Amino acid sequence: MAEIREPVPVDGVMTIGISQKHRMWMAFRRNKTAMFGGIMAVIIVMVAIFAPVLSPYDPLAQDAVARLNPSSLAHWMGTDDFGRDVFSRIIWGSRVSLTIGILSVLAGLVGGTAMGMVAGYFGGKVETLIMRAVDVLMCFPDLILAIAVTAVLGSNLVNLIITIAIVMTPRFARLSHGQLLKIKESEYVVAAQAIGAKVPRIIVRHIFPNIFGELLVAGTLWVGVAIRLEANLAFIGLGVQPPTPTWGNMIQEGVDVLINAPGISIYSGLCILITILAFNTLGDGVRDMIDPRLRGE
Amino acid sequence: MFKYVIHRILQSIPILIVVLTLVFMVVRVLPGDPAVAALGDYASEESVQALREKLGLNEPIWLQYIKFLGSLATGDLGVSAITGYPVAKQVVSVLPYTLELTFCAILFGYLLGVPLGISAAVHRNSFIDYFNRVFSLLGLSVPAFYLGIILILVFSIVFPIFPVVGGGEFWNPKDNLRHLVLPGLSLGLLMMAYVTRMTRSAILDVLREDYVRTAHAKGVIERLVLYKHVLRNALIPIVALGGLYAVVLIGSSVMVEIVFSRPGLGKLMVGAIKQRDYTTLQSVMVIYAVLVVVINLATDLIYGFIDPRIKYD
Repeated sequence: MAEIREPVPVDGVMTIGISQKHRMWMAFRRNKTAMFGGIMAVIIVMVAIFAPVLSPYDPLAQDAVARLNPSSLAHWMGTDDFGRDVFSRIIWGSRVSLTIGILSVLAGLVGGTAMGMVAGYFGGKVETLIMRAVDVLMCFPDLILAIAVTAVLGSNLVNLIITIAIVMTPRFARLSHGQLLKIKESEYVVAAQAIGAKVPRIIVRHIFPNIFGELLVAGTLWVGVAIRLEANLAFIGLGVQPPTPTWGNMIQEGVDVLINAPGISIYSGLCILITILAFNTLGDGVRDMIDPRLRGE
Repeated sequence: MFKYVIHRILQSIPILIVVLTLVFMVVRVLPGDPAVAALGDYASEESVQALREKLGLNEPIWLQYIKFLGSLATGDLGVSAITGYPVAKQVVSVLPYTLELTFCAILFGYLLGVPLGISAAVHRNSFIDYFNRVFSLLGLSVPAFYLGIILILVFSIVFPIFPVVGGGEFWNPKDNLRHLVLPGLSLGLLMMAYVTRMTRSAILDVLREDYVRTAHAKGVIERLVLYKHVLRNALIPIVALGGLYAVVLIGSSVMVEIVFSRPGLGKLMVGAIKQRDYTTLQSVMVIYAVLVVVINLATDLIYGFIDPRIKYD
């Protein structure tokens, strides 16, 4: 039997007659941390999109005279070892981090969810095969797997997206598989089967919308994980190669001049921290919004 | 219980074999010839061929695979073509550093994270709770290597209290500890954030249970309810997830080892990739996978000890 829920007061207003979407949005808006995360994430994405307009200098332009300058009005965050403007490089660096972070999670979500749902729905040998493959991939810590795959594929933007997507895929597969097993026997799925709905239709129309919430929460949180992975790889020297600025390789470059110009590493690291923080708080907020038990807490 | 342990160990074996096969394949498809990598680009064709012969690279792939599994079974990890040292020796010399670092981070995480999590849950929506939430969110968001750099900057450069790099002498406790503090903190903060968060939510879940309300109703004093009724039940997810996070820590230890130039598996692995030292890379990946399988197994077994409701029949 479907559970009949009591109307939930949001912002002190009873929400009878208000659509589910609107109710979620009100719950999200009430959650200040989530709003903060959401606004931060939007700002960071905007910075990445409008990098050419926002950056005061060419991120690759070297100036032999202005090497390792401290912060000044001309160079807000100083200059690096090649005299390049750190502020401009940080703005451009956001593009790599966000592109890899978001696209790899999207790719992992599509691939992993498809695998998990097919495994869960069909069961039997298909399930064993897919889920054991997932187990095998999960035997490697994320970074170790990413390092190994990067070593095979090489490190450019597209390959890094593929690499991190490969790391994300088993996570999504396991999540969607678990969720699917929970709702597979529910009445609406059985009813759809009973009226003769085809398998793809059942999966896409009845199952996917019901596990999408969990996937969305995990996806938002895992964008942070993906961005951190990219930064780790870049710091090791396996990320997008210099001179293209990425936050990870900027921290690495900054470490060499840590005593003279600590700002390069500090500012780039702060950007990674803030971006991951934004996606983490956003993810937490989306979870609170979707899970009615947490709403209003 | 004994039967279950054996069953679980047997279950891990096929996964391990597939993992080993995967590692073998990954290393074989890596770009570049290991022999050329070892001898340099200007080596003569004859010497490259001689080394290929010596490394067994001219043998059919299935024979290489069988030899790979066979030598692993006897604990032989091969000889690095780059350094000429037996890989097993290298691994044995650095493995204690990685384990020590991970253990230190786990200890740090639990010692501080559990009390913080409890206080946050008990004083929900208070200042302590708010502070804890912000703190653990920060801990989850800051990359361990970045925290390491900040710690080096503050505690090694501005206030030179701890050494900047290296792992110290392993068997010299004072030297070892001095070199362990900053890396341990860098990794430990991550663990602490995880532990604080999961302790808080586990305690909050248990606090809602009927038996807690009953305990309160029959007049059991607050502290006793907390320790006897709440904490013991909340411990199950805390320990179980601890195993999961230990795996994350092992992965993150790579970065900490690199930032602090600490000897360890991670540093060995990254060095092997950069030098195209495939024998070492292959072995380190195998060791990582074995560590993860062992941790997962241990977590499963610990479950049974702390949760009497789980029966292994």
